[in-house]
Amino acid sequence: MIAPFKEIYRYLDLPIRSFRRLGNILLIACHDMGNALIMLASATLYIRTIWKPRARRETAQQLYVTGIKSLGVITVVAFFTGMILALQTGLELRRFGQEVNIGTAVTIVMIREMGPFMTALIIAASVGSAIAAQLGTMAVSEEISALEVMSINPNRFLVMPRLVALAVMMPILTVYTNILGILGGGIVGSTQLGVAFQAYLDNATRYAENKDLYVGLFKAFVFGIIIATVSCYQGLNTTEGAVGVGRATRQTVIISFLMILIVGYMITRLFYI
Amino acid sequence: MITFDKVTKQLGGKTVLNGISFEVPKGETFVIVGLSGAGKSVTLKHMVQLMRPDSGMIRIGDDIINEARGAELERVRRRFGVLFQSAALLKWLTVFENVALPLRELTKMGEEEIEKTVREKLRLLNMEESMDVFPSDLSGGMQKRVGLARAIVMNPEIILYDEPTSGLDPVTSRLIDKLIEDLRRELGITSVVVTHDLHSALAIGTRIMMIDGGEIVENASPEDFIKSNNETVKRFLESQYITRRGAWEKGMEKHV
Ligand SMILES: Nc1ncnc2c1ncn2[C@@H]1O[C@H](COP(=O)(O)OP(=O)(O)OP(=O)(O)O)[C@@H](O)[C@H]1O
Ligand SMILES: [Mg+2]
Repeated sequence: MIAPFKEIYRYLDLPIRSFRRLGNILLIACHDMGNALIMLASATLYIRTIWKPRARRETAQQLYVTGIKSLGVITVVAFFTGMILALQTGLELRRFGQEVNIGTAVTIVMIREMGPFMTALIIAASVGSAIAAQLGTMAVSEEISALEVMSINPNRFLVMPRLVALAVMMPILTVYTNILGILGGGIVGSTQLGVAFQAYLDNATRYAENKDLYVGLFKAFVFGIIIATVSCYQGLNTTEGAVGVGRATRQTVIISFLMILIVGYMITRLFYI
Repeated sequence: MITFDKVTKQLGGKTVLNGISFEVPKGETFVIVGLSGAGKSVTLKHMVQLMRPDSGMIRIGDDIINEARGAELERVRRRFGVLFQSAALLKWLTVFENVALPLRELTKMGEEEIEKTVREKLRLLNMEESMDVFPSDLSGGMQKRVGLARAIVMNPEIILYDEPTSGLDPVTSRLIDKLIEDLRRELGITSVVVTHDLHSALAIGTRIMMIDGGEIVENASPEDFIKSNNETVKRFLESQYITRRGAWEKGMEKHV
């Protein structure tokens, strides 16, 4: 090859290699996304078997784990989220003598966005990562293979109960987060901003619409499905021993966070524009 | 019963099975030996489609397992019981629940019958006392025995054993050997046993096959296996103090 071309080639080498790598990453992402959706569809179809005794017990167990495990953290986070919201908006509103409107501000922000969002982040980090670690450990110690050979479908036996538990628990926990957040805001209002608690509550319920609540809970429901899908998929597809389990756990948290943000935006966009 | 026809498999850029062909006859105990990493577990996994070959064909009787899907795959897999190298018990279920799992999930058996069947299989393996214990509280060898109880609980026609006696004391190892032998003699069950333990291979095997580097280096009756002229086989035999006369010479000389 003549010299100038060689030179050009050298400069192009890095971009070409990067481009190829990016392409590979995208291909793998599409492949994973497709397979994860197939897993989700399969698990959803198996919900019809939920009334069999074993499935019922397993689902109840998962509901309990999901609901109870993060209650402590959720309580603290919800409370402080409401308090911060009240304080920040309150200080601004005070300049216009409108402190009493923190009720509306806190309530709308909590039930539309922060309630589902905060709950989902906590559940993804605690329950999602635990699911990935558990199923990942099962995968690397051949337990998933054993189930497959026995013709016990892991989507029915393992994914379905976790999917149902997260899809049901996320909205319930979100209601809890909302209530605590609004309470937290009220406490800041009455202690720091001189807004009587009763006035705060009146204000809080005056402008918030049912639609806000429903959209928020719908979001929570979708987030639950996202967390279940990502964590189960990552767990079931773990390879390479203990290192792989660590990776599956980390990936679960990162991917769930990203998807919660993106999908959360899309749902808001869909319902409010 | 099980036929491999020019099966090739690459894993992680490495050829693990290099076009191997062999047949496991019905009602026999077929032993696969080989060094660590030779591809023994991979061979077993192909028999139940936990892995699919890159090329070649695997038949179970008249069924082509590497192409089976859905209900068909399920039907073929039900002919098998599998004991995994790591026992693969579910950690959140007790010993009893682990063994009962296939019965509960796949049959319409009542609880009473399930209990009876599970007890019977556990008794066969001397594990009846540990029925209500969780797998994590058992030793590796005990977990294996529970895994074996689970593998035979559905009365399969073919049983695959991945190192059934590794990590077991000699007495329990012989118990497992005897069990495999009894299953063959009394019920005509076909077994494929992967093992490092040549003594047990010679005791129970009706045929012994050695894999090395993804190729079959020997496939013979036990009598012919110890007389093999293949260098790899010879070295493998000598490493376990087995010579052509079948005695454990090297190890014994010192003590006689
Ligand atoms: N899922 C996998 N991905 C990549 N490589 C694999 C995989 N499974 C097995 N291998 C490789 O294939 C080769 C054969 O593995 P296999 O588990 O069959 O060995 P083995 O004969 O059972 O050895 P051991 O006696 O240690 O169990 C090894 O080199 C292993 O690294
Ligand atoms: Mg192995």
